Amino acid sequence: MSAAEFQSALNPAASESAHIAHLWWIFFWVTLVIFALVAVFLFIAILRNLRRVPDDPERAIIPEPAQATESRATKVVSALVVITVLILFALLIGDFFTGNAIYATPDPKALAIKVTGHQWWWEVQYQDPQPSEIVTTANEIHVPVGKAVKLELQSTDVIHSFWVPNINGKKDLVPGHPTTTWFTARRAGEFRGQCAEYCGEQHAHMRMVFVAEPPDAFSNWLSAQKKPAPEPSSDSQRRGREVFLASQCVMCHTIQGTKARATLGPDLTHIGARKMIAAGELPNTRGYLAGWILNAPALKPGVRMPPNQMSADDLNALLDYLESLK
Amino acid sequence: MNWKTNSRTARTATCRSCRPFGPHGVRHPAKTLLGTCLPYSLLLPVLLLFSCEREERPLVVQPPLAQDASLPQISDLVPGPKHNKGPSVANPDENNSWMMAEGKRFYEAYNCVGCHAHGGGGMGPALMDEKWIYGYEPQQVYATIVEGRPNGMPSFRGKISNDQLWEIVAYVRSLSGLANQWAANARDDHIKGGSPPNSIPEGTPHNSSEPQPR
Repeated sequence: MSAAEFQSALNPAASESAHIAHLWWIFFWVTLVIFALVAVFLFIAILRNLRRVPDDPERAIIPEPAQATESRATKVVSALVVITVLILFALLIGDFFTGNAIYATPDPKALAIKVTGHQWWWEVQYQDPQPSEIVTTANEIHVPVGKAVKLELQSTDVIHSFWVPNINGKKDLVPGHPTTTWFTARRAGEFRGQCAEYCGEQHAHMRMVFVAEPPDAFSNWLSAQKKPAPEPSSDSQRRGREVFLASQCVMCHTIQGTKARATLGPDLTHIGARKMIAAGELPNTRGYLAGWILNAPALKPGVRMPPNQMSADDLNALLDYLESLK
Repeated sequence: MNWKTNSRTARTATCRSCRPFGPHGVRHPAKTLLGTCLPYSLLLPVLLLFSCEREERPLVVQPPLAQDASLPQISDLVPGPKHNKGPSVANPDENNSWMMAEGKRFYEAYNCVGCHAHGGGGMGPALMDEKWIYGYEPQQVYATIVEGRPNGMPSFRGKISNDQLWEIVAYVRSLSGLANQWAANARDDHIKGGSPPNSIPEGTPHNSSEPQPR
């Protein structure tokens, strides 16, 4: 799948982005026709005047027009100005209706997801009236197709902007000022989101995986996310958990079901099930994960995760454990 | 037909007036601008001198080498007037505003605030007064964090990376004015993310044992 498909506002997968894409194509065709007309008349004017190269230096380059020609030109230009205003007004009305369709009062039973922007990753929290049912994950958003979703956006440090082009337009995450956006996914697919407001060194690599899936698949995913981390099943995984809990990992990360409860970095309870690591930047493979643990700043300069020193055996055990966290 | 001649004359006159050494002797606007700016542009090299000392923020942190070899050794853990200060260590982070702001971030993130509050103390001693039970030198503060101290201070050995430790040391010392005053921060380097209490959306009050009314 090319980037034109999974990160494109012209390949809509939700009602909102469909409205936006529709408006975009109206603008595109109207302006294309006008551009072509302007270009044609410009060339006609150039060709007509090519022959009239003045040989007399005292003669004005542009000859004074006859009175009749002048008054006809005035009428044509005035008419074109009126037409231009009317076209712009028609586009404005189209824009207004699109905006109204996007921001219309949505379903009060919508799925509420709180998205918190951090330098430089996304914290994703599926809200629930029961606190024990709240699911926290990072850099990966799953939504059911056909159900309205409410995103509550906030930031802990600087302004970020939430943008999944296939789903909806941009919405800023402003520190101290919660914002909200709504959408309803209309077809299943995997898309890419991107921070759309410059937020520091790794802004360009602050991405997320966005998965729209059928309601059954979504509820399976959500109930799997609600479980605490699975118990280690081998000696190596057990040792990996000890390494995790005894080293500096535990100062920033949470693994539900263990004593690791820090919230400075992404929640790692089900990191083995995620498609990407490093905020949607690297595929979640053993090699990339090892490189990320040992020296994250070498992969993403400026990232807040420090390099970690670890013996080879400890690292292998830790990787076994993290990969088991499905 | 008179207006034609007039307009042509006017056009010619306009053209002459904007020539740099035209018959009217008008100075070119660009030349006047240059004459005004030249004295100021001489100041530019002086201004550039200031940017020679630009603060550098290391984007790629070097991985730690032998972690324990760099730890200053302090023999006695007992509080008292006679401390072994250990080898003196200059902490370059104390001259760097960014590093101290990072130290403050980690100070909160690693829950130093849980015991020491924001310097005023609580379960643990205050850090913004002049009393230092286990020494105020950078290497002593470092050792206190790494080794832990009796009566509740846990050991953070292996839990916090070396760079972050020195940033926290710089911030802790800046609380009582021991770090470079010119570099110490008057405010947070980042904005607090919580919403103000009166901006939280209204909810329906309900009993916590029942599901929330929709």
